[in-house]
Amino acid sequence: MKKWYLGLLGILLLLLLAACSGDDDDGSSETDGAEGTSDEVTEGEDGEITLEYWQYSFDSKVNLMDELIQEFEEANPGIKVKQTNFPYDQYNEQVAVQVPAGRGPDVINLFYGWVPTYVDAGYLQPLPQDAFPHEEIESEFFPLVEATKMDGEYWTIPTAVRTLALFYNKDLFEEAGLDPDSPPTTWEELEEYAVKLTKADSNGRLEQSGMAWEPAQQGHQWLRDGLTRQAGGEVLSEDRKEVIWGDDPAGLEAFKYWLSFPTDLGTSEQGFYTDDVTAFVTEKAAMNVDGSFRIGTLQNDAPDLNYAVAPLPGNVEQSTNASFWTNGITAKVEGEKLDAAVKFLQFLTSDEVMERWLDEIGELPAKEAVAMQDKYVNDEIYGPFIESLPYANAHFFVDETKERELVINAANKVLMEGADPEDAFNELVESTQALYDEYWGDK
Amino acid sequence: MEQHSVSQENQGKKTPPIQKKPVKQKFWKKLNFQKYLFVYVCLLLPLIFYLGIRILPTLFTFNVGFREWNLLSTEAQPFVGFDNYVTLFKDEVFIKSIVNTLIYIVLGVTGQLVFGMVVALLLHKINRFVGFFRVIYFIPYVTSIVAISWVFQWILMGNGIINDVLVKLGLPAQPFLNSPDQAIYVIIGAMIWQSIGFQMILFLAGLENIPDSLYEAADIDGASPWQKFWRVTFPLLNPTIVFSAVIGTITFIQVSFTQVVNMSMDGSGGPLNSTISVVVYIYQLAFRQFDMGLASAATVILFLFILGLTIFQMKVLTKKFDY
Repeated sequence: MKKWYLGLLGILLLLLLAACSGDDDDGSSETDGAEGTSDEVTEGEDGEITLEYWQYSFDSKVNLMDELIQEFEEANPGIKVKQTNFPYDQYNEQVAVQVPAGRGPDVINLFYGWVPTYVDAGYLQPLPQDAFPHEEIESEFFPLVEATKMDGEYWTIPTAVRTLALFYNKDLFEEAGLDPDSPPTTWEELEEYAVKLTKADSNGRLEQSGMAWEPAQQGHQWLRDGLTRQAGGEVLSEDRKEVIWGDDPAGLEAFKYWLSFPTDLGTSEQGFYTDDVTAFVTEKAAMNVDGSFRIGTLQNDAPDLNYAVAPLPGNVEQSTNASFWTNGITAKVEGEKLDAAVKFLQFLTSDEVMERWLDEIGELPAKEAVAMQDKYVNDEIYGPFIESLPYANAHFFVDETKERELVINAANKVLMEGADPEDAFNELVESTQALYDEYWGDK
Repeated sequence: MEQHSVSQENQGKKTPPIQKKPVKQKFWKKLNFQKYLFVYVCLLLPLIFYLGIRILPTLFTFNVGFREWNLLSTEAQPFVGFDNYVTLFKDEVFIKSIVNTLIYIVLGVTGQLVFGMVVALLLHKINRFVGFFRVIYFIPYVTSIVAISWVFQWILMGNGIINDVLVKLGLPAQPFLNSPDQAIYVIIGAMIWQSIGFQMILFLAGLENIPDSLYEAADIDGASPWQKFWRVTFPLLNPTIVFSAVIGTITFIQVSFTQVVNMSMDGSGGPLNSTISVVVYIYQLAFRQFDMGLASAATVILFLFILGLTIFQMKVLTKKFDY
């Protein structure tokens, strides 16, 4: 027994020693390692520049990217691009673990909501203004790309964007005696339709949901950029420092309207058939707010699903949520390599690539002139998404995961703990403000 | 032959036999030395590997926990002393995750032990279809946790089969995983169900080791079955129980990650953080918020927590029984 204690003591001592002595060693070896590798990378083979491009694994994106890279390399001899992919779930982890090792991409594809975190960590460099002048970005691209403009600089630029719209099941519409060609356009109509499309058994258990409702999926986006702005409110102040969600009664109005689906109207249930997408695909939910990125999934998983898309029903205003994956250049890229990275980015944001991105992946062109062409606006499926682009808003996240969680928790407090919606909403605004204060406090 | 090999071994252990010639002896010694060197080198390789990817990073965690360490940042990571620990103990979610972890362990491990022992005792009594039942109880243990979690989600959802049965019986439908009051117990139930098989095997082995003569003696003394269980079986299973409890606790802490992530409705310990465990929270801190400093500090706390718990279990549960 005594020996055993001695052993334990020994281990603890060792741990303590390691904790204290690690300091200077690690600091120096870290920077050494980073410098060493970055030198290695810039040299490349035979004066050839190799760009490392990272994006998440999404089959159609990876394939199109492979084609595009080949074309880019042919047009730009001396530049090679190497694509690396990680699964979406592990993307941030993979990026994160490669950084301390001094390795990583030169051009990286990021979800726009993550960009502030990356900029904050000093991982990205601003886009060079000579190649991407601000006036040009602001006149050509949809205003939503400003979500990644920080400290007066554009840090990333997207090829394509996505918006939210209302997906509805035409068969279930007909079954409920609704015209499948006239989807709801206002809040009142949406309520009315949802109620008509809902079926419950004698015990009050939902059998068919009129309106899928999942805060953890697109629900929180619908609330922020859709409902709140439709009611005439705004989540953030112009300078993005204040959460003004609660300043205007529209914020609470939107929150209450949003919650009325699972409560007063009884048309929805959180976790109904596990999630909104499953419920919609299996025809258990008649309507759902979802993004243009879902079209591919629906085509693959439910080719027979008879659905249509309509712009989000509005109130005093029209609004929808937009989001995008966007490309940035990492901080350590410089010299010739930076020129190559800029060229690659310019290629990725060219009109032609944007068109192909829509044709093959289904994401909408980020430039207004490309998106608003007749052939796209009149498209049965893509049309409603593109139609909503001019008034779409991409919420500036300081911490996407946490902000999402706060909305989910606010909803659950009302739904599960019977909290007063107003209290839950005020708490949501306060805790979101706390996140922003923390973020801006470091600046 | 036997004799010869024994003498060879003796040479290795520095007890040279008297009757051998010195030259031959030297040769054998050298050969033996090389043989052992080779064996030890082979044995050491995994040790180095283990040291490199397990022990050293673990020690490094202590260092990281004292720093403000953003995973994406390439700049220096300043030393902040106990700041991370202070932040953690002020963090409601972290406290909640510790409480939840305790609930997971206390209920989960107890449940595992009780059910594992009951199943083992029952299986120990039967003579027919033993293999069949063992397989039935063991299958959940070797089934993918992710798959099982999703099956449970479907069984337990609002329109799931269990609610159908409840409604048919005239009982109100239950929210299960959608309720902050029920979700954690549902998850614990799934975890217990999945680990019964493993505990059953351990207990069966323990039962096999109890000599029949003790039961015969108890019979002669006129002991009731209940007395036999408490006076003979239970004390003699003690080593198994300690082992099971320690292993169960450690695996429970690990497994509470996969189960929670796959069964909680928002995939991160919801609803309202009612199912979040320390490991899930550590993961979120590290790879969702990139705050390695906080995550490492939480890991250190978890380490001390497991250490304390293990010592406690060994102290409290280990008793010597002589028969």
